[in-house]
Amino acid sequence: MSVYILKRLLVAIPVLLILIVFTFVLMYAAPGSPFASERGVPPAVLANLQAQYGLDQPFHMQIWRYIVALVTEFDFGPSFIYRDQDVNSLIAQGFPVTLTYGFWSFLVAVIVGGALGILAAVRHNTWLDYLAVGISIGAQVLPNFVLAPILVLTFTLWLGWLPGGGWQGGQWQFVILPVIALSTSYMASIARIARASMLEVLTSNYIRTARAKGLSARRVILRHALKPALLPVISYLGPAFVGMITGSVVIDIYFSTGGIGQFFVASALNRDYGVMMGITILLGALTIFFNLLVDVLYAWIDPKIRY
Amino acid sequence: MALLEITDLTVSFDTPDGVVKAVNGMTLALDAGDSLAIVGESGSGKTQLAFATLGLLARNGRAGGSVRFDGQDILNLPEDKLNAIRANEIAMIFQDPMTSLNPYLRVGEQMTEVLMLHKGASRRDALTESARMLDAVRIPDAQARLGMYPHEFSGGMRQRIMIAMALLCRPRLLIADEPTTALDVTVQNQIMQLMADIQRDFGTALILITHDLAIVAGSCRRTLVMYGGRVMETGPTDDLFEAPSHPYTRGLLNAVPRLDVPQETLRTIPGDPPDLTALPSGCPFSPRCPASHDPCSSLMPPLEGFGSGRLRACHAAREAIT
Amino acid sequence: MFATKSVADDLAGSAPIKGRSLWADARARFFRNRAAVAGLIVLIAVAAFAVIGPFIAPWNNEDIDWNVLGNVAEGGRPSLETGHWFGTDALGRDLFARTVQGTQISLLVGIVGALISVIVGTLYGAVAGYFGGRIDNVMMRIVDVLMSIPYMFVLILLLVVFGRSLFMLFVGIGLISWLDMARIARGQTLTLKGKAYIEAARATGVRPFTIILRHIIPNLLGVVIVYATLLVPSMIIYESFISFLGLGVQEPLTSWGALINDGAAEMTNGTLWMLTWPLFFFVITLFGFFFVGDGLRDALDPKDR
Repeated sequence: MSVYILKRLLVAIPVLLILIVFTFVLMYAAPGSPFASERGVPPAVLANLQAQYGLDQPFHMQIWRYIVALVTEFDFGPSFIYRDQDVNSLIAQGFPVTLTYGFWSFLVAVIVGGALGILAAVRHNTWLDYLAVGISIGAQVLPNFVLAPILVLTFTLWLGWLPGGGWQGGQWQFVILPVIALSTSYMASIARIARASMLEVLTSNYIRTARAKGLSARRVILRHALKPALLPVISYLGPAFVGMITGSVVIDIYFSTGGIGQFFVASALNRDYGVMMGITILLGALTIFFNLLVDVLYAWIDPKIRY
Repeated sequence: MALLEITDLTVSFDTPDGVVKAVNGMTLALDAGDSLAIVGESGSGKTQLAFATLGLLARNGRAGGSVRFDGQDILNLPEDKLNAIRANEIAMIFQDPMTSLNPYLRVGEQMTEVLMLHKGASRRDALTESARMLDAVRIPDAQARLGMYPHEFSGGMRQRIMIAMALLCRPRLLIADEPTTALDVTVQNQIMQLMADIQRDFGTALILITHDLAIVAGSCRRTLVMYGGRVMETGPTDDLFEAPSHPYTRGLLNAVPRLDVPQETLRTIPGDPPDLTALPSGCPFSPRCPASHDPCSSLMPPLEGFGSGRLRACHAAREAIT
Repeated sequence: MFATKSVADDLAGSAPIKGRSLWADARARFFRNRAAVAGLIVLIAVAAFAVIGPFIAPWNNEDIDWNVLGNVAEGGRPSLETGHWFGTDALGRDLFARTVQGTQISLLVGIVGALISVIVGTLYGAVAGYFGGRIDNVMMRIVDVLMSIPYMFVLILLLVVFGRSLFMLFVGIGLISWLDMARIARGQTLTLKGKAYIEAARATGVRPFTIILRHIIPNLLGVVIVYATLLVPSMIIYESFISFLGLGVQEPLTSWGALINDGAAEMTNGTLWMLTWPLFFFVITLFGFFFVGDGLRDALDPKDR
């Protein structure tokens, strides 16, 4: 197992490097970037950049210094617009917020979606099944940026139950709407995947064998069907994670939660390449790390994967 | 009293293309310790007959008639009552050993759960007994093999595991559905030999379902030929092979390639297997039957006894079947 | 449909052989599926709306109705008299004309994205699957790598660096859309590769690329079409996402995402039509594509035959 993890790590590191180099080159090539022309960049910012990268140095030295600072000190570099801001301070501010509602959203999506899908398959062609199918079809057309306004319209403007934005240190009533908006479409996808795979597993020969052994329906499902049925769900966790990280941008913008996505969009509109690059790399690293976890989890469950 | 008595069994499936009638009034009986081969082409309903017996039909399937095991009607019994019989009294071996074992569970776990459920054995005792049973089906190094996953075994080995698993509770009836079809010819012989030995040693009654006449001859005392979900004929295996009394049996026997008789071409039965959504009201074989005549397509011939324990369902005279 | 494998096997032998071609069979199955047909009708209607809309709209999508400006909540209501059938937006521009224009952009992005994925993804996957071995390994590794990047951020980075334009949007969406398709095409190719007619072609010395183009790709078509249909809505969602953040197409051009964003921002002012109209078109179109895609899958998927 540890060899397998090591192998996956060996793949993950170059991927991360590629991402870093790619974003750096992109920023380097960008028109109006401080690397290309010094016009429009405040002198104080320029001094920051000079200290960080050594602007007079050749390209490969600049990128090398960036990577070294990143790896050794987790230093994501300075802002290109504001003198007294660097990416690390923005991350320190926004990341806990993103992490909080992201964690809950992920949990809700996996647990509710998984349970709904499995139950729907087990109770195939009952009201529960139809409900699950209905929800998952409906949620397909309600991505977070569509659901968010609808939720605010309903629960804030009409019913007045929940605040339509803000964070307030993460009090529960401020967390609920963001979590619903972010998790619903992934919850539905997971339910759909789990249902389809459970239905397929239930018609497989080895489930018939299990039934022929006289095992109770409960044991057949929990012991024989659940593991294989969840494998497709596990492989979907990677894309779901990416989707949620991406969706967090909408959540931050729409609900003003103050998460990391808010800084990303602000920097995109300001052309603050330093911040954009830092956030992209941070989230990229997070994604790559998460995919690694998913791979390991999968290998752990599926005995057919050799490592 | 017969151990298993199936009377007028019907099995049908609701599908988008109409009702598929897989079994249409099957009747058979089997004594304890006896062996019966059920022979027919694919689509003759033999597998569904077995599934209906153990209540394993697909969701859209329905079964009618009666299946009495040890005097008790077990057809359409509630699941929890059936579970006490499955594997414990009637065990089944399936066609495809590659997919019939759960790929995500260790072989040991899949075997011990049977004993722990039906016999209330402890895990330790169940493991010992499972290893003994693997040994009995001639799997070497049984103890270590219990910790392995199915994909680490060959097809023949997996079928041995299936057989061992089916025998764990010493069932009184073993139903083997095409146990050798998915295997190499050399392995087929080993498995058939094993089944014969086990049937003798354990005194288990055996129903062997197959399309392969070659493996029937040495392994089952009696044979039943099925077509379109009905019995065509039945009788002691040797008699039936010696002097078939039904045109379909004749055709099946002719289709077996023989080395002792010079043959120019492979002989087959002309025509397609029956369309189970639109069976003729008479004999299902009549569209393909060389001896078919006037009442055949509209009137199903009754099963009539003759000779020593033989039954046939055919309008044609026995002498006409050559 | 839910019969077990063994029933299906039993039936496979017994089904009478009909003289219908695979595609005619699929068409019949598709038109028997009511949800799919309804989806198709909706899609045709939306496409007609996008095409015919500009010719029947009384207002231009860029012109501001000065009578309405400053009093949008009252004067900008949807009404037949003012000619603002869908009302106006917050700046007094006709929402019908803007919705038509947004629909054009959203559909265009969806279809172009799906087209790129069909062409690039299918070829890439077929080549990887057909050659197998080392080539396959390297090619699919690349796909894996690209898939494990939070691509939306890179896309936004691209849009910011190279300027926001429709062209950049196509490039960005095209960059990612083919990945899934490549995987699917590869998987299908692997199964096709073992088929006798492919081996026959190989044995008679047909060149690999000819085999891929003449024998593999046509046989991938069913799966590719199904997947492409399901890809269009996800491309539309991508684009709408970016536009919702204000990073997509630039004014006066608009798209569903941008319109939904505008409408959502005005929600508290009692001008709900600004949200509901674009939302309505967005939702019914996605439904349409999903139902058509599901219908096509049921009609073409060899699993159910």
